[in-house]
Amino acid sequence: MKSQKTKKTIKTIKIDVDKCNGCRACEMICSAFHAEPKYSSNNPARSRIRIIREPLRDLYIPVYAGEYAVAECAGRDKYTIDGKEYDECSFCRASCPSRDEFKEPDSGLPLKCDMCEGEQEPLCVKWCMHDALLLEEREEEVDEPEPEDEQEELEIGLEALADKYGLEKVKDAMARISKKD
Amino acid sequence: MRYAETGFNLEVDLTRGNIEKVATDPKDTELYLGGLGTNAKILWDRVPPEVEAFSPENLLIFAAGLLCGTPAIGCNRTIVTTISPQTKLMAFSMMGGFLAPELKYAGYDKVILRGKSPSLVYLWINNDKVEIRDAAHLKGKGAIETAEIIRKELKQPKAQVAAIGMAGENRVFYASIEQGRSSASRGGIGAVMGDKGVKAIVVRGTQDINVAQPEAFMELTNEVMDYIQFRNDNPIPGVMPILAGLGSPQEMKVHDEKWHTENFNWGNSRTRRKGFWTDEIALEWMETLDNARTRLISCYNCPMTCGATISMPGLPTYMMKCFTKLTYTMAAYSDLDFGLRIAQRATEYGLDGFSAPQVMAFALELLENGILTDDDFPEMPADTEGRFYYLLDKIVRREGIGDILANGTYWAAKEIGNGAEDYAHNNIKKHEQLPLKLSMLNPIYYLMYCTGEKINITQIEGQFPQAPYPKKEHREAFVKDWHQVPDDKFKQYFVDWNPRGENSMPFYPTVDMCCDIVDWQEMMHYIDDALGQCAGLSSFPLKPPYHIHNYPKFISAGAGIEMDEDSLSKAAKRYRTLVRAINIRRGMRRKDETPPENHWKKRFPELEKELLDTYYKFKGWNHDGIPTKASLHELGLDYVGEDFVKRGILTVNEDVPSEEATA
Repeated sequence: MKSQKTKKTIKTIKIDVDKCNGCRACEMICSAFHAEPKYSSNNPARSRIRIIREPLRDLYIPVYAGEYAVAECAGRDKYTIDGKEYDECSFCRASCPSRDEFKEPDSGLPLKCDMCEGEQEPLCVKWCMHDALLLEEREEEVDEPEPEDEQEELEIGLEALADKYGLEKVKDAMARISKKD
Repeated sequence: MRYAETGFNLEVDLTRGNIEKVATDPKDTELYLGGLGTNAKILWDRVPPEVEAFSPENLLIFAAGLLCGTPAIGCNRTIVTTISPQTKLMAFSMMGGFLAPELKYAGYDKVILRGKSPSLVYLWINNDKVEIRDAAHLKGKGAIETAEIIRKELKQPKAQVAAIGMAGENRVFYASIEQGRSSASRGGIGAVMGDKGVKAIVVRGTQDINVAQPEAFMELTNEVMDYIQFRNDNPIPGVMPILAGLGSPQEMKVHDEKWHTENFNWGNSRTRRKGFWTDEIALEWMETLDNARTRLISCYNCPMTCGATISMPGLPTYMMKCFTKLTYTMAAYSDLDFGLRIAQRATEYGLDGFSAPQVMAFALELLENGILTDDDFPEMPADTEGRFYYLLDKIVRREGIGDILANGTYWAAKEIGNGAEDYAHNNIKKHEQLPLKLSMLNPIYYLMYCTGEKINITQIEGQFPQAPYPKKEHREAFVKDWHQVPDDKFKQYFVDWNPRGENSMPFYPTVDMCCDIVDWQEMMHYIDDALGQCAGLSSFPLKPPYHIHNYPKFISAGAGIEMDEDSLSKAAKRYRTLVRAINIRRGMRRKDETPPENHWKKRFPELEKELLDTYYKFKGWNHDGIPTKASLHELGLDYVGEDFVKRGILTVNEDVPSEEATA
């Protein structure tokens, strides 16, 4: 391999479900941080983290919004851990057509956790006073992305847009953007 | 644009099945804040004193406090207001949990129920879509069970549910409204909900709540968070464990129950059991609690873990907080295992954990003393624990003697007669109190017991230490970082307070000091109840994160209402006086403002008279406890004064002038 190595910071949120008290402060502050202007409003339904909270079954799972999925999956999983049964989709981070999770309530646009870029730590971590959510950072050496990778990424992005809005609309939009320039 | 609040109430006429979304007047928010304050205004305007608890004209109001749904930590209280069937006065019981913020996110500050539904229904509020739905299939179901069934049938796992159990359906005078880990229990508001034919209120909301000055608001919130951390790391030394930290009394966490089991009274608030708390019992109770408790849990947006999930072997899981842990145990002279088991059933039935066990112990006392006979209790088991289950079931079904007991000790004693009144000995304003009997009169508590209109000591006390430290140096150390006091004079009051000898109770704190202290304690509770803030982070514990100095800033930055300490104090005084006015209009007078006769062994009639006289004057009330026209005018409550004159409660020219009128 001739590719260049570079250092990259990997941020991980360590989730300890045993410490979660189910207060949903993380949902609240996430939505407040991402409001425009910042903190001007809050609405847990817009949050990029959600707490699956079922006290009578002692289920408390913080789940972060991950990738947008165009289609729902064909097969789903049901987990039993320590005698507790978790519903299908419990651990899934996707914003997908099969459910309302991780979508803007008015527009339906997908949401994704961005680790509160620019802050010392993600706000959900700061607000979790029970340390159910902890930030871990580590450096990793990764390959410098090759030019062809970038091209591929661009195409995947465009295809996703085309899937969602139709190719014609994307073309029209591209044409308009080009004109502005 | 409205900030912190939504600016809309949901008006539901259950008789006609009509639902309206009504815009509210922002002026009312400025005058009465929200929550309890605006509830009181609505009750004053719309429920005249002739209306009884179980009349269709009575309102049942569910209000989210003014700052509920904002990032303010621990601000999640639902304030439920109605006329109580038991006290016949205004009831304003409240609960934490998750309902109030959800209601805000759904777009409403309050749900106001009027009329009566012809059949059992539940209310389903899903943002702008609101439906009255049939609840025939939920009749007789437990309150927790009901919430689970509804979430399933609506396919809405995130919906928040407040429901009544069988006690509310059958209009037991001390029925509660249950909401998962929280309940609004006092004053029999669950009975009013049952009378209206409403099994549950179900809410789901996905809309924004705005704050007026985001940056300022977040700065305040961060300060509160830091202070909570500081207080968690620095418990108050030299006080019993439940007073050392923040939160509601940490009954679910604490194992050491020496103080409660030996100082509170067992049975029908009768017997103190000194020496009860042995190593053996400590070990046994610790095992019981550890085995039952799955997890310590919180209300919405709060780091305190005041509640717990409780799973007793063989019984469905339920949630608990605070003193219900002990009230059944102590009333039945039993152990914690029994207490946690019967509380499971009582929670599903939806009963107040203060009143219910006392009513049952009262019934057994009447039997022991021959006022009731075996014939009144057909097929009752012989053992006390079995008897408690028997009575619990009779009461919530209103079967046999249960029908009389369901009205609480005051009304039951009246109906039973034959000397039964002497056994209904632990009431204020017809409502059962903490099972506590003490020796030396405490002048601060005397005033709180007399004049508290939530009629529950825990809902008026707080902030000021319950007793002085033995040594002056400790008292001096305590006041050093006591920035919560409204005025530095409170520090001196405390430093000079001795456990015995000079400057000790009952003559110290002096009458004037007592007025200051009680007024401060009460004011903070009233502010909490308007904002929806839990007392556990504010008015109840020593050195809380919320206080009179940061509250005005929270209101300004949150709701966009200009506020300083004076204007906030005045607003709190305004709706506090309005609560009193509602009760005065319903007949409450000085004669009703008295603690249970045997609450203290050592009483001081002259001092007590002076305390009440002075406090009434201090509050702007006349000799009979009625707000004077001058004080009403000062608060902008002339409409109350006019109504009082019209009803002959006050005279045209002058207020009933103090001493001569009643003395």
